[in-house]
Amino acid sequence: MRSISLWAAVAATVASVVVAAATTSRAAEPEIWVQGAGATFPAPLYKKWIDAYTKSHPGVSITYDAVGSGEGVSRFVTGSVDFGASDSPLTEAEVARVTRGVIAIPGTAGMIVAAYNLPGLTGELKLPRDVYPDVFAGKITRWDDPRIQAANPDIKMPKRNIALVARLDGSGTTDAFTQHLAAVSEAWRGPTLKPGRLVNWPGTAMLARGNEGVASRIKISEGAIGYVEYGFAKRLGLPVAALQNHAGEFVRPTDKAGQVALAEGKATRAQDLRLLTLDPDSPQAYPIVTFSWLLVYGEYKDGRKGEALTNFVTWGLTEGQVLGSDLGYLALPPPVVSRGQAAVAGVRF
Amino acid sequence: MASNPFSAAAVAGAITQPPTGRDYLVDRSFRSLALVGAVLIIALMAYILYEIGGQAWPAISKYHIDFLTTSAWNVQDGVFGILPVIWGTLYSSLLALLIGGFFGLTVAIFLSQDFLPPRLAFVFRTIIEMLAAIPSVVFGLWGIFVVIPAIRPVANWLHESFGWIPFFSTSLSGPGLAPATIVLAIMILPTVAAISQDALNLVPYRTKEAAYGMGATRWEAILKVMVPTAAGGIFSAMVLGFGRALGETMALAMLIGNSNTISLSLFSPAKTLASLLASNFPEAGPIEVEALMYAALVLLLITLIVNIAGIGILQVTQRRISGKS
Repeated sequence: MRSISLWAAVAATVASVVVAAATTSRAAEPEIWVQGAGATFPAPLYKKWIDAYTKSHPGVSITYDAVGSGEGVSRFVTGSVDFGASDSPLTEAEVARVTRGVIAIPGTAGMIVAAYNLPGLTGELKLPRDVYPDVFAGKITRWDDPRIQAANPDIKMPKRNIALVARLDGSGTTDAFTQHLAAVSEAWRGPTLKPGRLVNWPGTAMLARGNEGVASRIKISEGAIGYVEYGFAKRLGLPVAALQNHAGEFVRPTDKAGQVALAEGKATRAQDLRLLTLDPDSPQAYPIVTFSWLLVYGEYKDGRKGEALTNFVTWGLTEGQVLGSDLGYLALPPPVVSRGQAAVAGVRF
Repeated sequence: MASNPFSAAAVAGAITQPPTGRDYLVDRSFRSLALVGAVLIIALMAYILYEIGGQAWPAISKYHIDFLTTSAWNVQDGVFGILPVIWGTLYSSLLALLIGGFFGLTVAIFLSQDFLPPRLAFVFRTIIEMLAAIPSVVFGLWGIFVVIPAIRPVANWLHESFGWIPFFSTSLSGPGLAPATIVLAIMILPTVAAISQDALNLVPYRTKEAAYGMGATRWEAILKVMVPTAAGGIFSAMVLGFGRALGETMALAMLIGNSNTISLSLFSPAKTLASLLASNFPEAGPIEVEALMYAALVLLLITLIVNIAGIGILQVTQRRISGKS
């Protein structure tokens, strides 16, 4: 008798849970689903945007998968997402494969920093222009290398190997970073080391997936150095090196130094906003900044989806920009925002 | 039912009776069921080899044997070679076997040679076998948060004082061969300990009595009689442990550092075949997938050879020790 009543109780509970789940899901069911995937670099910001935006727009559900620019671009090109994101602009071949048309809009911008982990090291590590490209090329392998020591006379550099950390997956952060290295150093203009989303890193480099993977690998490896978007280093409390810019000044990544570099952005091809600032000239500029691009199609068959997406992007370009500074991103300069808005207006749906 | 060969032998009125048609049918169908099961497993194995081999074929015909002897993994230019990866796989597994094998054998001797009351020995044995049930990813996390910080000061002291020895020629930053090897050794310990114990238990008790009877001390009996007699089984325990180390993926992907380099140094990061596959598959392009399939085939062949050798040695020695041959 007891067992029967127990079963009845269980059945009743299960039934009520199922009913409750069904009703709640019906109530909260958004009408429009928008899916995106791409770069890990802006992912924390985009997730914050999505949180804030969907709270004020309950009918819309937006998802973003931080899979890396390489994978994000390939998903965008094959059409398996509604929007993509990449820190490096699409190549001509990739653009040609998208029949619906591609509109690239700068979503945010950020600094790529050389984050390191040297316990016991006090003071600010300075890396000159002729040194950090060689560190990442695997030519300088020890922290007590005379060239590093000479740039940091106040610091006793440890007798350790440099543990290089780089990206395993196809990455726009890698692309922007190595494009800068190629602009600065002969060693990065081929044949063995060439800039790109995937780079033939020196054998000693440890490879990790995503900006967060590189940052956490640096965090657990003493003597490590790697490149990540500033916010990722900031969140894990990793120290970052002051890099020597084109004018010869050692500059730490700060909001102001990044903005100065961004302001120098030259449009190499005005119509699709491919702004590249590979090696800014100003003495106050932090040397490595990049835009992160939102990739949307030129045309959406589902009109409501297209409308929701363009509204979201416009919101991100205006109200969303202020959310970035806490996370370490650079707010887009006003001329870039207005050009972005003009580009969004070109989406047909 | 075609014919029952036993029906002709039936004798009317006898107490015993030949198997009925139903018995015969059950026997026949069970036998074919078992046969189908066995054939299916072999077919599955062949199919896996065929499928991986087929997908690897473009890479095999393109890179030939050079794939095994060159060391670039350059997706940008489509140049692939896995020499450092094979090196990392064999080096880490051999080192793990050295440590895990030593401790596994010691534990096996301790638990099988009457050092402990049988009940306590049973408890110990169960605890060691429980090590085998810990998920690989937990071992990986434990390696990152416990093993690495624990051995780093020692490793870096060794590097600073004895850096001229090739084994200590780099400093340990975090993930690297040393922590990976230590965790791997613990992971293969249950395999080695369990099979070595079985091998030691297989040695007839009278062999030990005979050794005592000739005046051998306990240690002489164990080290000079028991262990050599069980050597074949212990050796195959080592080989199976080695096979397990070769294929271990998750813990190594987390601990070995994933770097494409050949170094004798124990503190340098490295890469293994299994960790290469795990970390590069998720978003590999078509050309890289072919190369990865080739690498998978190489790993499959290495483990297959090692396991077959282990099982072969185990069978031969068991037959010899139990005196059946």
